[in-house]
Amino acid sequence: MPSTFDTVANIISETCDIPRETIKPESHAINDLGIDSLDFLDIAFAIDKAFGIKMPLEQWTQEVNDGKATTEQYFQLNNLCARIDELVAAKGA
Amino acid sequence: MRLEYFQLIDRIAELDLAQQTIRAEARVPTTSTIFEGHFPGYPLMPGVLLIEAMAQTSGWLVIAVTNFTRMPFFAALKEAKLRSFITPGQNLSLSAKLLHEGSGYAVTKADIRCDGKLACNAEITFRLVEFPNPEFRASMEKMAAILEFPRGAPAHG
Repeated sequence: MPSTFDTVANIISETCDIPRETIKPESHAINDLGIDSLDFLDIAFAIDKAFGIKMPLEQWTQEVNDGKATTEQYFQLNNLCARIDELVAAKGA
Repeated sequence: MRLEYFQLIDRIAELDLAQQTIRAEARVPTTSTIFEGHFPGYPLMPGVLLIEAMAQTSGWLVIAVTNFTRMPFFAALKEAKLRSFITPGQNLSLSAKLLHEGSGYAVTKADIRCDGKLACNAEITFRLVEFPNPEFRASMEKMAAILEFPRGAPAHG
């Protein structure tokens, strides 16, 4: 079974046509991979489908806009994968 | 339809906020300069205008769901299929369902039927922004009245 990171990296690679080998756990989706909000919406849809969750994108965006969170907390891939794992765990609880 | 004003739907027939669906109606005009070029001797409703018609139908659904607080702007189009020719004078039934709304975007699935038969369909993404100025919002309110937009009707219209 692929790891959360591998699944997310494959989705990003396919959705945004980014070479898979350039996508690292420490990559920042926006700053390093150049993914814009429109592409990220497609990625979020694919992640939701792959993991059977619903990422609270609107809440995350609002927290960043309000200065209550940094973009790294949600959009650096290792942190994003940790959030996904939390959502998956919450679903199964 | 008033093609010269880029008004691609005539009337909002049903609006269901609980199901997040909308249905609109439109009649393709029998004459238009567009048909002189598209195509000479064989007038067809351009596919790009059918897509715009689906986008306008979806847009009114988004405006209803966001209660006139956001203006949807066309941002992306996926899986657009133009399945049959639409000709001058035909009556169209346009439907849309909201798939997502949040984080500044909305996504709908829309289709157009002609005589009950699926003519085209697509998935459409919109960027949602605040109305850029009061005049713009007022013009949309005016258009809503023309289209018989069911204001204050929370459920099935």
